Amino acid sequence: MDFVAILGSAIQQALGPTAIIYCLAAIGLNVHFGYTGLLNFGQAGFMMVAGYAIACAVTIFASSLWLGVLVGLVLAALLALALGVPTLRLRADYLAIVTIASAEIIRQTIAAASFSEYFGGQDGVTDFIAGFRDANPYSGSVGIPGLFRWSAFDIWVMTVGWLLVAISCLIVFLLMRSPWGRVLKSIREDENAVRSLGKNVYAYKMQALVIGGIFGALAGFMVSLRSAAVGPSFFATDVTFFAYTVLLIGGAARVFGPVVGAIIFWFLITALGGFFSQATAGSDPLIPEAIMDPTQASLMRFIFLGLGLMLLMIFRPQGIFGDRRELAIDAR
Amino acid sequence: MPAETEPTLTKGGGTAAPAATRSAEARAALAGVEHEPGAKKPDPIVVAHGIRRQFGGLTAVDVEHLEIQKGVITALIGPNGAGKTTFFNLLTGFDRPNEGTWSFKGQALDKVPAYKVARMGMVRTFQLTKVLSRLTVIENMRVGATDQRGEGLLSAMFAWLWRGQEQDNTVKADELLERFLLHKKREDFAGSLSGGQRKLLEMARALMADPELVMLDEPMAGVNPALKQSLLGHVKSLREEGRTVLFVEHDMDMVRDISDWVVVMAQGKVVAEGPPHTVMSDQRVIDAYLGSHHDQDLSEDVEEQILAEAQAEIDAEHPEETK
Repeated sequence: MDFVAILGSAIQQALGPTAIIYCLAAIGLNVHFGYTGLLNFGQAGFMMVAGYAIACAVTIFASSLWLGVLVGLVLAALLALALGVPTLRLRADYLAIVTIASAEIIRQTIAAASFSEYFGGQDGVTDFIAGFRDANPYSGSVGIPGLFRWSAFDIWVMTVGWLLVAISCLIVFLLMRSPWGRVLKSIREDENAVRSLGKNVYAYKMQALVIGGIFGALAGFMVSLRSAAVGPSFFATDVTFFAYTVLLIGGAARVFGPVVGAIIFWFLITALGGFFSQATAGSDPLIPEAIMDPTQASLMRFIFLGLGLMLLMIFRPQGIFGDRRELAIDAR
Repeated sequence: MPAETEPTLTKGGGTAAPAATRSAEARAALAGVEHEPGAKKPDPIVVAHGIRRQFGGLTAVDVEHLEIQKGVITALIGPNGAGKTTFFNLLTGFDRPNEGTWSFKGQALDKVPAYKVARMGMVRTFQLTKVLSRLTVIENMRVGATDQRGEGLLSAMFAWLWRGQEQDNTVKADELLERFLLHKKREDFAGSLSGGQRKLLEMARALMADPELVMLDEPMAGVNPALKQSLLGHVKSLREEGRTVLFVEHDMDMVRDISDWVVVMAQGKVVAEGPPHTVMSDQRVIDAYLGSHHDQDLSEDVEEQILAEAQAEIDAEHPEETK
């Protein structure tokens, strides 16, 4: 058992591009769910729209990535409006149903064979990243020898990514300490009370939906930039649920909740994956093949993660950053 | 409308003399009003006409005409299911009637959403108290203030744009908390308050908006007698400040004590209105709501007497069955 290797890869993932993607997605969900109480189960849809926008700006329209970024943000905002207009006047469940369905509709449509000329069908879009690569100021790899190492490209992605995370956290912090943020939190607690105090609840929910969707779009950009490719498989429904897990681990309605949550989530899932793959590898594995073969072992991390999530919900449901006092109230 | 919280009022209820005069003035203004459902008032703040709300086959509210006099305390009473709360919801825009027109300060409210009704100065509370549990008491109060610059998305991120106003609102909120005896709970989560304290908080929060008309849906439900006294004082003090109060209540002592005018609803209709004492001796009200022994304490003697009367009535109606 090579614990150093497990630790190394776990740290690499916990701070790497993938964690950044889930962190940004969870920041969006934090605005939606944590602060406003909106159940958006279609964050993957926002990510997908933005991820394809940045790729298609180059491949279809032969323009720059920057234009793709702009188009992606606008499309994410439009998607939020399209989802919000019919559902935000209704009970919270309707938004959940509509968002989860629309994320799948978007994914199936983009992946459809009829559009493969533009979107590449199941294979997705590649070869759009040249501009981003050229802008990379780093050369050579960075890391701690023997433990982990990031390529120059990864470091570049991470620089941009963590910068986006920092800006997003700052925006969330500034917004949520203001009276505007207070109205959002009030809406989460009781919509009708807020309405009786003269606030346009519908408009606030719409603003929150758009802003959270734009953070989702940032996550989508990072997917494209990290992989140098986008495809439908990057934006399956489980992406949204992983992002929710990240949010709940860190603690909802806390500015740094998604950041801490993403780091912990990817550290644990990588470490567990590494442990089980090593424990079942080789001719004389730690766990005998009669109990578990390597294919089964690759799924064990999700089982343990689920168990961990259950324990977290039982013993610290407010997440790492949550306030114990808030919980005492929920129980009433 | 300026809401002066004069020192005499902050002690919870105002002194006897001005209260008596305001009350006398209010009752004097209503002296010439007929004691009939739909009576015209000299200076109405709310006028509702032909309001009908149906839920499927059930007509919950069917109010032909109702006017609420400005500057007085009006009580809305009636049996359970009479449509009082539904009528409240209709007036404040939380529900839409099938037909009817209603206005506030002369402005029609037919197409005005609930949040705009509140901004116009008609603020309500709820029968099932709605505090914002996971916000502190002071934050609950701050939400109540209207026209906050920091509530716009564009200015929210720049604290210097709204900090001054926020401080003013906080000062005002602290004054109200002091007056409603909640200042010790300032930093606690509203969800940790008791039922009675929540009622107080909700009323105080409604006052942050400086409403002209305060609509209280069962302010006394579930409140202990001691707190009830101070709540009564608070409601009276609203009238002293020149606000109009409309409240739904089942507590007849309270209705008798503080209201200047009583409107009785039964089965969706206004069946009677008038000053408290007149209304409570009105036969229609007694039949529909109060019951014929509403003003007696239920001692053993009275109970026996009631039973005897009832028995006599049955005997008289069915002489053969009793044998």
